Amino acid sequence: MTELINGTGTGAGAGKGQGQGQGQGLSLVPKAEARQSLKDFKSDQEVRWCPGCGDYAILAAVQSFLPELGLKRENIVFVSGIGCSSRFPYYLNTYGVHSIHGRAPAIATGLAASRPDLSVWVITGDGDALSIGGNHLIHALRRNVNLNILLFNNRIYGLTKGQYSPTSEVGKITKSTPMGSLDKPFNPISLALGAEASFVARTLDSDRKHLQSVLREATAHRGASLVEIYQNCNIFNDNAFEPLKDPEVRDDITLKLEHGLPIASASKAVVRAADGGLEVVPRQSVDPARILVHDAHRPDPSVAFALSRLDEPAFEHVPIGIFRQVDRPSYDTLMAAQLEEAVAQKGQGDLAGLLTGGDTWRIG
Amino acid sequence: MTKQVQQLDRVIIRFAGDSGDGMQLTGDRFTAGTAEFGNDLSTLPNFPAEIRAPAGTLPGVSSFQLHFADHDILTPGDAPNVLVAMNPAALKANLADLPRGADIIANTDEFTKRNLAKVGYPANPLEDGSLAEWRLHAVPLTSLTVKALETFDISKKDAERAKNMFALGLLSWLYHRPTEHTVSFLQTKFARKPEIAKANIAAFQAGWNYGETTESFSVSYEVKPARLAPGLYRNISGNQALAYGLIAAGVQTGLPLFLGSYPITPASDILHELSKHKQFGIRTFQAEDEIAGVGAALGAAFGGALGVTTTSGPGVALKAETVGLAVTTELPLIVVDVQRAGPSTGMPTKTEQTDLLMALFGRNGESPLPVIAPMSPSDCFDAALEAARIAVAYRTPVMLLSDGYLANGSEPWRLPEIDDLPDLSAPFTTAPNGPDGAFLPFLRDPDTLARPWAVPGTPGLEHRIGGIEKADGTGNISYDPDNHDRMVRLRQAKIDGIDVSDLAVDDPGGQARVLVVGWGSTYGAIAAGVRRVRAAGGQVAQAHLRHLNPLPANTGEVLRRYDKVLLPEINLGQLALLLRARFLVDVISYNRVRGLPFKAEELAGVIQDVIDSGDRQ
Repeated sequence: MTELINGTGTGAGAGKGQGQGQGQGLSLVPKAEARQSLKDFKSDQEVRWCPGCGDYAILAAVQSFLPELGLKRENIVFVSGIGCSSRFPYYLNTYGVHSIHGRAPAIATGLAASRPDLSVWVITGDGDALSIGGNHLIHALRRNVNLNILLFNNRIYGLTKGQYSPTSEVGKITKSTPMGSLDKPFNPISLALGAEASFVARTLDSDRKHLQSVLREATAHRGASLVEIYQNCNIFNDNAFEPLKDPEVRDDITLKLEHGLPIASASKAVVRAADGGLEVVPRQSVDPARILVHDAHRPDPSVAFALSRLDEPAFEHVPIGIFRQVDRPSYDTLMAAQLEEAVAQKGQGDLAGLLTGGDTWRIG
Repeated sequence: MTKQVQQLDRVIIRFAGDSGDGMQLTGDRFTAGTAEFGNDLSTLPNFPAEIRAPAGTLPGVSSFQLHFADHDILTPGDAPNVLVAMNPAALKANLADLPRGADIIANTDEFTKRNLAKVGYPANPLEDGSLAEWRLHAVPLTSLTVKALETFDISKKDAERAKNMFALGLLSWLYHRPTEHTVSFLQTKFARKPEIAKANIAAFQAGWNYGETTESFSVSYEVKPARLAPGLYRNISGNQALAYGLIAAGVQTGLPLFLGSYPITPASDILHELSKHKQFGIRTFQAEDEIAGVGAALGAAFGGALGVTTTSGPGVALKAETVGLAVTTELPLIVVDVQRAGPSTGMPTKTEQTDLLMALFGRNGESPLPVIAPMSPSDCFDAALEAARIAVAYRTPVMLLSDGYLANGSEPWRLPEIDDLPDLSAPFTTAPNGPDGAFLPFLRDPDTLARPWAVPGTPGLEHRIGGIEKADGTGNISYDPDNHDRMVRLRQAKIDGIDVSDLAVDDPGGQARVLVVGWGSTYGAIAAGVRRVRAAGGQVAQAHLRHLNPLPANTGEVLRRYDKVLLPEINLGQLALLLRARFLVDVISYNRVRGLPFKAEELAGVIQDVIDSGDRQ
């Protein structure tokens, strides 16, 4: 055990390759010997979200996805902050920390940076991640700490009973904003891309297949992955994402992002605008060759950023999927490399040598 | 002409100049020479928070005081015997501390009309007779330096900048300091600029030669090496000793050290030092803020590292919530608070002992944690080891209260034998501890009340911890009233039960009726004050608290043994409040919060007053 966490050799070789990183993400996490099933990941704790909460769907999707990774359960850690979503770790039979409001990325950074053999997940919400914890989120992303960050975005404060959140639309009437909220909301995807996150995606609580496909890519990615999950709060902000779920309109407004494929919904397509930006046009009217082909691996994040702005005004068309997925050394790898470098230059740490290393003199 | 050599038993020198004059470096080098020579010594750097305050102004004055002696000393000294004043501001800012008859070496080149006006001197004090009660040595340090460096291929500015080395050379001559060391230091420091190195060495030697030849100095002084305990010594500052102590703690616990920290005066040097020693497997993480620093350290501790965060008062305020999480999740964590003058930003480079109550009580809920404080710069090493011992053995955050005086002050340190360092290892839990192979993360060790430390990667011990109240044993979320009451008491009992050594009392005469108690960095000044009182025939006992929580078991008994208990603190009576509340002893407080350490003479007077007032009763 001590060997596992001690020493400086951990992380050697990981992320040093120049490939696209797929499959690298969990290469240092030991594999389970036996096949696993959903029930291996259910804890004995009673799940206590409101009936109908979108969190149930996400929990079920994660619990049924984890066996697919085939990792030793004891090498998985879920870290959360405070809020409804942050109860998540209690319901998974892995290691877990339910920490304090906004600080999960910071706590997880210390864990992931010192333990490359762990699969570390951060579970957070729009208030936790973008309000009180905004600073930690952007720094975890820019450092590319090896974390899977799941941001449950329901655009409302649930646990404190219904105040507007940093992703609520302007003019939101809530208990704390009876005359309507004044604040311009954050777009979490734009924010993450602004922090130059190496993996940024958006998915939906009710679409298990898509959610799990994104998780698959996120876990294969070594470094920080931010997955925004639109999640319904049926108590305080019901049907916030209804257009994306309504069979009548969802296929028209969902712009699916799939690497190498044209970006389009059933009736709309994304093309380069004359002013150099992006615009959404009726699909029928456009030459298919003009439709923007999604390149999630593009080193420069500016096109991904432009894509993240397409849902303004809200929900006329919403990009869903992986906005960005680029290879960049993971923070733990860089840190471990420095420790190795220090040993290579100075030899293993020698306490006696350190203490007597300055100018000394002897008495007696 | 052979100059007279006078023997002294101790000397206090203060170098003072503008922030840009290199006074800290000059002081450091003089200290290194003095340490090499074998004197006992103690230093007090004193500098403004501004990196470069406007040149020549009073706020820009930076000073370095060094006390060295042929016997063991405890403080950087009360009043300088010699003041080196590199400009009028340095003279004006320091003259009040200088006893009549002391030497003043003033750089006349800087006493220009403009510089005098800047600090409000109507006339030149070097010429108007106002310094008649001191022994004034007016030396054109700058122009002598420039003249000595005429033949060097360097700019006039660079030549002028070497004036601190000229001053160092002069003082080295005056006090018979060895020179080889400074020469090799300058060669290393300016290895990439050989011409600058040569110029600085030449300036240093010119200063020495000036002392040897000028008539301004007719006497030089010798202070014989001190007879200290046998052993191998080095000079060390508090921050460096603390960093070394943390490295040693990593080695002695067998745990990888993880430092999460955010730069803050006067703690940053610990981060700097630890980041230089990654060959020990030390991970240093400069976080985005104070909260992330402690958060990352706690996360690493959950993963099995020795988690450490280093900061000063404002940082402790920000970290409070995470420290509370460490209290309730019962994970080992070391929080180093290098205290500085507050409240708020206060005076970042000035010392104070004002965070004691924050350390003890500055969190929401009943949130007890151990608090310890080192008593001298070199003692920071031992204090770090002690903090690690408690943190690991009892699974608790520990607050270590250093301060600006310890952090930047230095003294000779007798190096410990590595084999004598304590074994601090505390194995992780690797097997279930409950019925039917269950793991109970809050089932306690009956002796220490510590809970198991089971780190991720250990099969069968998967568990969830967090800030919500936990059921005794299982650690599951619990809102049960009786459980909460029990857990609050258990957490308190665990801290109260920490094994700390008894409070030792120093009372060589055995007749004292007055006890002086202190904690932390005031040790030196108190002990020096006590010595003076005893030398004058007074009887006084001294005790010094390293553990502020839990207090040693015999604390109350010791306090009650004396008619009077005097407690000097660099705050408004924080420990006094605690001792009065805990032991109902009418502690007499002596408090100064001037951003500076106590002086021995000052405390000797206070102690004598307490003794005398006792006699009158």
